[in-house]
Amino acid sequence: MSRVGEAGKRDAGVRSDCWIGVELEDSGGIRISLQSKVADLYGRAIHAQLLEGCGALGVEHAVVTVVDMGALPYVLAARLEAAVRRAGHAPALPWLLPARAGLDRASERGRLRRSRLYLPGNEPKFFPNAALHGPDGLILDLEDSVAPAEKDAARALVRNALRAIDFQGAERMVRINQGVQGLADLEWVVPHGVQLVLIPKVEDPGQVVEVDRRIAELGRPGVSAPVVHLMPIIESALGAWRAYEIAKASSNVVGLAIGLEDYTADIGAQRTVAGAESFWARAQVLNGARAAGVQPIDTVFSDVGDEEGLRQSVVEAKSLGFVGKGCIHPRQIAIVHDAFAPTGDEIERAVRIVRAYEDAEARGLGVVSLGTKMIDAPVVKRALATVDLAVRMSRLDAEWREAPLPPFRAVRNVSGGAE
Amino acid sequence: MTRLVQNAAGRLVPVEINGLTAVPFAGVGRHHPTGRRAGPLLRSCADYPADGDKTVESLKQALVNAGLQDGMTISTHHHLRNGDLVANLVFAAAAELGVKNLRWFPSASFPCHDGMIAHMENGVIHHIEGSLNGPLGDFCTDGRMRGMAVLRSHGGRWQAVQDGEVHIDIAVIAAPTADPFGNATGDRGPAACGLLGFALADSQFADHVIVVTDNLVPFPCVPWQIQGNNVDQVVVIDSIGDPAKIVSGSTQITKSPDRLLIAELTARFCDEAGIIRDGFSFQAGAGGTALSFGLFLRDIMRSRRIKARFVRGGSNQYLVDMLEEGLTDYILDGQTFDLAGVRSMRENPGHVNTSPFTSYNWHGKGNFASMLDAVVLGATEVDLGFNGNVVTHSDGRLLHGIGGWQNCLFSKCTILPIPSYRDRIPVIVDEVTTLCGPGELIDVIVTERGIAINPLRRDLTEALRDSSLPIRPLIDIKREVEDLCGGAAEKPRLGKRVVAAIKWVDGTVIDAVRQLEK
Repeated sequence: MSRVGEAGKRDAGVRSDCWIGVELEDSGGIRISLQSKVADLYGRAIHAQLLEGCGALGVEHAVVTVVDMGALPYVLAARLEAAVRRAGHAPALPWLLPARAGLDRASERGRLRRSRLYLPGNEPKFFPNAALHGPDGLILDLEDSVAPAEKDAARALVRNALRAIDFQGAERMVRINQGVQGLADLEWVVPHGVQLVLIPKVEDPGQVVEVDRRIAELGRPGVSAPVVHLMPIIESALGAWRAYEIAKASSNVVGLAIGLEDYTADIGAQRTVAGAESFWARAQVLNGARAAGVQPIDTVFSDVGDEEGLRQSVVEAKSLGFVGKGCIHPRQIAIVHDAFAPTGDEIERAVRIVRAYEDAEARGLGVVSLGTKMIDAPVVKRALATVDLAVRMSRLDAEWREAPLPPFRAVRNVSGGAE
Repeated sequence: MTRLVQNAAGRLVPVEINGLTAVPFAGVGRHHPTGRRAGPLLRSCADYPADGDKTVESLKQALVNAGLQDGMTISTHHHLRNGDLVANLVFAAAAELGVKNLRWFPSASFPCHDGMIAHMENGVIHHIEGSLNGPLGDFCTDGRMRGMAVLRSHGGRWQAVQDGEVHIDIAVIAAPTADPFGNATGDRGPAACGLLGFALADSQFADHVIVVTDNLVPFPCVPWQIQGNNVDQVVVIDSIGDPAKIVSGSTQITKSPDRLLIAELTARFCDEAGIIRDGFSFQAGAGGTALSFGLFLRDIMRSRRIKARFVRGGSNQYLVDMLEEGLTDYILDGQTFDLAGVRSMRENPGHVNTSPFTSYNWHGKGNFASMLDAVVLGATEVDLGFNGNVVTHSDGRLLHGIGGWQNCLFSKCTILPIPSYRDRIPVIVDEVTTLCGPGELIDVIVTERGIAINPLRRDLTEALRDSSLPIRPLIDIKREVEDLCGGAAEKPRLGKRVVAAIKWVDGTVIDAVRQLEK
C-alpha cells in the first residue's frame, strides 16, 4: 500500500486552491510544512485546521506539506482528505465540515429551472460566488469537466462545497458520472444536501431506476423519505428514442434534458447553428417530457461571447416548448431568464383571458368569451400558466387582480436599461 | 525614534518626517494654510541662448550643468507608466557622477523602476517620496529604506510643491515631442503618452528643469503642454520609453463574472440614486471593474438618451467612444491610458487637458474633483466606519500609490466597487490597516454580495428604499465573508519604526506605515 499521496494544484496562476502532500509515517506525530499566500493572515488557522483534519481522518503520524494559494477552508479540507486517501489511508469516518442550515430541505418539484450553471467539480474558485449571479440551479459537475484521475478529489471538494457554500436559493444540483462510477458518486452528495441529480447519457430507464434506488438506500440522516429530484440527460440516438420511458422511469424525475454535443456525434452529424440535425431529438425529448409530466430542458449554449445568439437560441427553445437552458458562464443567466420570461404582450393577453374566464365563472356562464371571440378551455389553461409564470418571474404583480390594466412592472433588461 | 502623536482620526503619526516638521491630520477641511506659495528662482534671458537652442549633448552633462549635488531632490513623472526609461537613466547618470543621498520625488513608480532598489542600497538614493509598488514597497516595509517614505495623492503632490513643503532641485521631464527651446507635448511622437500634466507643477516650481525627448522638432512644438520658458535644458536621447508598456495594462475590460456583476450593480445603483441625468458628470478609475462600470453606464445613458456634461479621465478608448458618440460634451483628461485617448486628445477639441492643479489641488480656489456627481474608485480594504485603504494590503505591506484617489473622495457621491474578499482575504475589516481616506467621504461600497450605503448618507438610503438592488448593512456582508473565509484574518505584526507617512490632501499626516516584524 502506498504511503504517499498528494492532491490539489500548485501550478503558476492557480488561485483559491492549494496543493497538499501527505507522507504517512509510523511515529513522530503530525508535522506540517506550510507555504501560503495568506500565511501572515491565516497561517495559524490553516495549521489548526490541518491538525483537526488529521485527527478527524484518523491520521496520527504524517508529514503534511501544503502549498496554499488562498484556498478557503472547505477546499483545504477536501485536498487534505483526498491526499490522505491517496496515500492509502481509508478513514473510518469522513471528515465533515459543519453543515449550513437548511441542507436537509428538498427543492420544490415544479420550481423554475430556466437556467442551470455548470461548474467544473474540481475548480473551487468558481464555487463561492456562482449563486450571486442568480441561476435557478447550480450544477457541481463530477462528469465531463473533471479529468478521470481527479474524480476522487472532485468528490471530496463537491461534498464539502455542498455543505459549506450558500447557494442563495439556487437548486443544489450535481451531475454524476455514468454507470457504476456515478452510483459511487451518490454516496458523496446524497447525505450532504444535493437537491437534484443529473444523470448523464441515459439510454435506458433502468439507469434512472438504479440511481433512484441507490439514493433511497443512502437517505438523508434523520429523514426517512429523502426527496432528491432527478434530471436524466438524453445524449444519444437510443436515449432520444426512449425519451418518454426514461422520463417515466421514476416519480422523482422532474425534468428531462437534452445534450446536443454528444447526440450529434452519435447520429453522425455536425452541430449547426440552425440545428436541423437535432430538431427531431429535441422534439422527441420535449414530447417525452411533457407526456411524462416533467419539465423539458434544452441543451447548453456554448459560445459565451455571443449574447445575441444566446438570446435567439432561448427564444427558439421557448417557442418549441422548452422551459430551461444550460449555462456555462454566469453572464448567460440573466439573458436566459429574460428570454424565457413572457413578453408584455403575452402577459397582457393572458391576463385578459383569465379575467374573462373568472368573470364568466362568477356569473355562472358556461361559455367564456373575450370581445366577440369564444375562448376554448386549452386557451384558458395556457393563459393561467402564463400568468403564473409571469408572477414567479416578477414580471407581473402577484396582486394583479387588484390592479387596473396594465398591471405590468417596468422590466429591466440585462444591461440595466428599461425596455 | 520619531515622536508619534495621535491625529484627529485616532492614528499614531510622526511629527517629524526626514528632519522636517509634520502636521498631524486635523479632520477633513480643518487645516487651513497661511502665507504665500513657493516661487521658483528669478532668472534672466541673458543666461540662456538667444536663439532658443537649449539642447545639451547628454543627460549626464545636463545634470552637471544643473549643479547636481549630494542630498538634492530630483523629480520624474509617470506619464510613460511602465515603459519609462528616463528615471532609470537619471539615477544611472547620478550614480556615475558619484552623487549620494538624493531624494527621488516621482509622481508615481512602476515595476520598471525596481532598479532604484540598487541605488538605495548603494546610497545614491536616500528615500522615495511617491508611490511604492511591488518590490519597492517590500523594500520600504521591510525597513530597508534609510529615510521615511512619503506617499501623497496627485493633488497632494501639487500642494506640497506649491506650498514649498517639497522643494524640487532638478525636475527631469520625459517628453514624447519637444523643441530645442523646451516646449514639450505628450500627444505625439514615437513614445506618445498623451498628457504631461503630472510634470506641470515641477516645470513651474523646480529650480532647474530638464526636458528629455526622443523626438526633437524645430521650434515651435505646438501645442505645448510644458512651456519652454520654464525649461533650462533639453536633452535628446534615442528612446524615452517603450511604447508597448506605456499603454497601461489596466485598461482591459474585466472578464471576471464577479467583477462584471459588481460593475453592473454599481451602474444600476447610480441609476436608481438619480445620479444619471442630463448634464451629470463622473469619473471612473482605470481598473477592469471601473472600465466595465463605464460600459454599463453607457448602455443606460443610451437607452435613456442622457448626455453627460463632462467625464473625467484617465481617458481611454471607452471614454473616447462616449465623446465621439455624443454621450458627453467633454472629457477633462488627467492622464491618458491608451492610444485612442492620445489620438482624441490630439484631434478633438472636446478632449481637454487638465492637471492636478485644476482637478485635485486642495490648496487652491476650488478644484474639479468636488464638482463630480459620482466617482468610482478601488480600495484594498474598507472598514466598518467606511474608511478606505489603498496603499497597503491586510498584511501591512505597501503595494500601491494613492494616485488621485484621496482627491476624488470629495465628489458628490463616492462609490467603491470592490470584491468582498480576494482569494481568502476579506476586504471588509474592523479597522483598515492604513487609513488613506476617512469614512465620512466614502458614500457607497458595492461588492458582489451586496451594496452598503454609508449611514451618513440618509438621502441615498431614502432614494433606494424601494430598490430591488441588494442593499445591506456593511457588517452583514463582512460577517458573511468571514464565515466563508474561516474567521477574521490575523493582524500583521507591526514594528515600532515608521517607514512611510501617508499624507492627506492638505499636507497633514493621516497615517503611518510601520516596519513589519519578521
